[in-house]
Amino acid sequence: MNPLLSSLRRPLPLCLLLGLLALAAAVGGLASGPLAIGGGDILGALGLGAAPDPTVSATILQLRLPRVLLGLIVGAALAVSGAAMQGIFRNPLADPGLVGVSSGAALAAVAAIVLGGALGNTLGLGAAGRWLLPLASFGGAALTTLLVSRLSRVDGATQPAQMLLVGLAVNAVSGAGIGLLANIASGPALRALTFWMYGSLGRAGWPEIAVTAPVVLLALLLIPLRGRELNALLLGEAEAAHLGVDVERLKRWLVLLVLLAVGGAVALTGIIAFIGLIVPQLIRLWAGPDHRLLLPASALLGGALLTVADTAARTVAAPVELPIGVLTALIGGPFFIALLLRLRGRGETW
Amino acid sequence: MRLAADQVEYRVDGRTLLDRVSLALAPGEVHAVLGRNGAGKSTLLRLLAGDLQPQNGSVSLNGRPLSAWTPRARARMRAVLPQSESLRFGFTAEQVVALGRYACPQHRPETERRIVSEALQMAGVGELALRRYPSLSGGERARVQLARVMAQIWEPLADTVTDAGGGPRYLLLDEPTASLDLAHQHGCLLQARCFAASGVGVLAVLHDPNLALRYADRVTVLEQGRVIGQGATREVLTKELLERTYGIAIELVHTAGEALPVVVAHPPTSRLSF
Repeated sequence: MNPLLSSLRRPLPLCLLLGLLALAAAVGGLASGPLAIGGGDILGALGLGAAPDPTVSATILQLRLPRVLLGLIVGAALAVSGAAMQGIFRNPLADPGLVGVSSGAALAAVAAIVLGGALGNTLGLGAAGRWLLPLASFGGAALTTLLVSRLSRVDGATQPAQMLLVGLAVNAVSGAGIGLLANIASGPALRALTFWMYGSLGRAGWPEIAVTAPVVLLALLLIPLRGRELNALLLGEAEAAHLGVDVERLKRWLVLLVLLAVGGAVALTGIIAFIGLIVPQLIRLWAGPDHRLLLPASALLGGALLTVADTAARTVAAPVELPIGVLTALIGGPFFIALLLRLRGRGETW
Repeated sequence: MRLAADQVEYRVDGRTLLDRVSLALAPGEVHAVLGRNGAGKSTLLRLLAGDLQPQNGSVSLNGRPLSAWTPRARARMRAVLPQSESLRFGFTAEQVVALGRYACPQHRPETERRIVSEALQMAGVGELALRRYPSLSGGERARVQLARVMAQIWEPLADTVTDAGGGPRYLLLDEPTASLDLAHQHGCLLQARCFAASGVGVLAVLHDPNLALRYADRVTVLEQGRVIGQGATREVLTKELLERTYGIAIELVHTAGEALPVVVAHPPTSRLSF
């Protein structure tokens, strides 16, 4: 391999490159849409130059900037959560979506909308509604995590295969629950349900971001600090304990951070599949499984990918906006199968 | 200063796997544990490692109960080579060995790299440093894992170094020779001897009494969870004890020019009785 390419496997150059990629994705997201906006106007609207025309400014600040920020934060949260869960369970298929955490969070959020909406109107909750949704989502994520981790314990140790099967069941039940709520919901609530099932970066505005994003960002910053412990954990739980890792404490702490990240991400954008599965896998293929690099690199690539996917979702079929979860699953599914086929028979599955 | 099990009992589902077993491992010696399959050898090792807690009796490390040490303090003094490995992620061999340094006070990066590379050399897999671990053969993986556990207790802890030498360190090996060819079995135990000579107490679960005779200072023989022989290897491993342990006819053959007898098994010709 040529030296330039192989130097891109090293932590600093790779993170710089991925950082640039995320920046490019953000600029692309701000620039494209029904109204194409140039670089000068973007900078101007962000207060870094001559202020552009108020319509342009409002488009950037009220419509596109929140979406781009959501893309970066939620993409990073999903990718880092996926990488962390795969490390905790030493299984590259462990992903918050697959083990049911995302759908549990979504079910709780939908229940809060459909049932809580009626309740809130009668009680005159108003502003409290802004908190109700993320709280329900965190609660749903926590409950499913608790349920899944309890049910997947065999003889005191979490069994990865058991966990995926429990996740399968949880996903089915949550999907059914959301479908049931869709049946009793009406009008705008019904339309909102598509959002939860397939995700969208278009629903949350500044108020929602201000409430939920800090929690997600905090989890995003804290998870990568556990890279060395996660590396040791890949050897096995007993081996990690022999190396001096307090395994139970590490797992509890990471699961808490993951459910904060995932619960927050779902509250902001609904269920977006495959980012958590594919992004860490790509980084591992390119630069190996070292979590000290894997976690930050996944955050950058996840943010960049989701931002690009969102820009594509709202521009390819404009003025119709494709649900972003449909797009990520459409690309992610076949891509994942291709990866599995490529890796099969190499003696290493991941 | 020693790693010791005192009258430990361990039961699972009403079955007694270990019954009042005591064993003391001192720095500087190689101690072999022998016995049939299911005699409790690995259970004893896992109790000494702190993976399992005995229902009765106690395990202590340098005079303090094992559970009173923090995981990190324990990891700086004793390393454990498990019977099987399950690493499926694509670390390189040298990355796997570097994982062994998790709890160690970190040196400068060059020094850390030197320790990793010397540990790989000692285990006889220096040339595999950059190979991906999952692509290695079973025997190569076993030797990379051996390098990892040696790297973990590579040097005595600075704060426990005494006039008598380095601080105490212990290496627990669960069937370290299981997936190795004949030459590497001897290589592995020779390394264990070298390590013991530098002040490490080595405990090895072994199946081959010949390896125990050649490399172990002391031996513990288990039968159905009970100790049936313990002490200096040459004195304990008699023809009678080996026949009782393995349940087949044994002959100790003295070959010319060798101080050590060779254990030869004579299975019954008609049918093996397991």
